Amino acid sequence: MTSSTTDVPKISFQNVSRRFGDGAGSFLALDRLSLDIADGEFVTVVGPSGCGKSTAMNIAAGLTEVSDGRVLVDGKDVHGPGPERGVIFQQYALFPWLTVRQNVEFGLRIKGMPATERRRISDHFINLVGLADFADALPKTLSGGMKQRCAIARAYAVNPTILLMDEPFGALDALTRVGMQDQLLDTWTQERRTVVFITHDVDEAVYLANRVIVMAARPGRLQEIIPVDLPYPRTEAMRLSPEFAEVRNRVWHAVYHQKPQIESNI
Amino acid sequence: MTGAAGVTQSARNKAFIDWSPILLNLLAFACGVGLWWAITAAQMVVLPGPVEVFTRGIELIANGQLPLDIVSSLRRVLTGFFLGVALAIPVGFLMGWYRVARALIEPYVQFFRMIPPLAVIPLAIVTMGIDEAPKVFVIFLASFLSCVVATYQGVISVDRTLINAARVLGATDRIIFPRVIIPASTPFILVGVRIGLGSAWATVVAAELIAAQSGLGFRMQQAQLYYDLPTIFVSLITIGILGLVMDRLVQAAERRLTQWQERAR
Ligand SMILES: Nc1ncnc2c1ncn2[C@@H]1O[C@H](COP(=O)(O)OP(=O)(O)OP(=O)(O)O)[C@@H](O)[C@H]1O
Ligand SMILES: [Mg+2]
Repeated sequence: MTSSTTDVPKISFQNVSRRFGDGAGSFLALDRLSLDIADGEFVTVVGPSGCGKSTAMNIAAGLTEVSDGRVLVDGKDVHGPGPERGVIFQQYALFPWLTVRQNVEFGLRIKGMPATERRRISDHFINLVGLADFADALPKTLSGGMKQRCAIARAYAVNPTILLMDEPFGALDALTRVGMQDQLLDTWTQERRTVVFITHDVDEAVYLANRVIVMAARPGRLQEIIPVDLPYPRTEAMRLSPEFAEVRNRVWHAVYHQKPQIESNI
Repeated sequence: MTGAAGVTQSARNKAFIDWSPILLNLLAFACGVGLWWAITAAQMVVLPGPVEVFTRGIELIANGQLPLDIVSSLRRVLTGFFLGVALAIPVGFLMGWYRVARALIEPYVQFFRMIPPLAVIPLAIVTMGIDEAPKVFVIFLASFLSCVVATYQGVISVDRTLINAARVLGATDRIIFPRVIIPASTPFILVGVRIGLGSAWATVVAAELIAAQSGLGFRMQQAQLYYDLPTIFVSLITIGILGLVMDRLVQAAERRLTQWQERAR
């Protein structure tokens, strides 16, 4: 079940359950999730809406408490969020009163980084996500995809060792999306980070990942883990290859033909 | 744009856009004054006409009485208002940020909100005498109560994800407060300030009616004794104009400070 290594997994979910509300109206959003993610691994998470993907991610981010079980990061229990775990939220969560640049520099500023260095880093990441012309624009003037790119730059800027990304490319058009995927893989191969990437897009899940985590709903739980044995760097040719199609079909099947209430203890 | 739809569209635009809002405002004003003039000229009601009121206004300005009244009313209202807002904002933040503070303070705020500030005047006069203190106090109370509620509503309605976004970037509560909570709740606070100023203004005039030796309310009260309708009208109009001007000033400040907001328009 664990991927390769003997050393401590970067992120380890151990029998994690999360219940919202209590009594009769309570809802089991996550049911005994166990999952180890190795250092430097890129995992994608797919599953039907409401299967607890965001909940699991928020738990790892330290924003949501577990009801039961433990989550370890670098072998230590998670207590609250920290800048070593960058999060990109499903709802952008840009500070609307700050410009693109000020948003990107937010994390650097609170670290007390001097202005010139801040500027250099923000310039770099604003360019990376293609928002150079909008560096001084307020979020309200950006499109959904641009907001998302700004949120990505903001998360990258603090240089986290773990990136938790909740449907970060959800609002992008197909073309920008493919570009952003390649860019993400590029940065990931240059500076190895552990990435947990939630998506609804099966193609995207397969294209990016070492392993695809498929989750099931009601209650939210692990359905299947599908390894993607394609080498990096991934290319367009690979995207169109029969090997890719095969993994893609497996993931597709696992997501869209879930039998309800199967306990899968992988 | 082409075709019939385009033509009607641009025709419609022309008809409305050429009439800028200011022009329409002026037109409405002129119509109102005209109507007033017509009604009084026809002696349908026993009220002074616009000309009479205007002449009295000039008179009162010339002999310095109106400016004096304006200054004393404004001084009261602004003193009470600034004191009220200055206290309301920290208290509102306290209530929004700390559950304990909210639970301790909120019952009092809600209770005193139910008492019209004017109803406090008798008590204020008995305990504070008849000089400026009771009036300023009542205005202070009025603006404090309306502003404190808005501020703490603003704090508790700050988007949870914004706070989370700051936390995952490494922000502690000490940073989140000035960098997220305050800016995010500014629009609410400014609405509170605006409502506070409105209620302060309404209160000062009424307070002066009851107990004062100067001010616009006092002037009306005096005029009432002498059945001096034009002076009452001048005072009323002055009160309205000053209220409007102050409201517009706050509105402009609000625009400027919250221009980052996405507005439905
Ligand atoms: N704060 C909360 N209070 C109550 N229920 C919640 C809360 N957060 C999530 N839930 C419930 O938990 C379940 C899982 O939510 P979650 O947001 O993790 O789903 P998801 O897999 O991310 O879905 P989507 O793909 O639509 O984003 C949902 O049914 C949701 O209603
Ligand atoms: Mg989600």
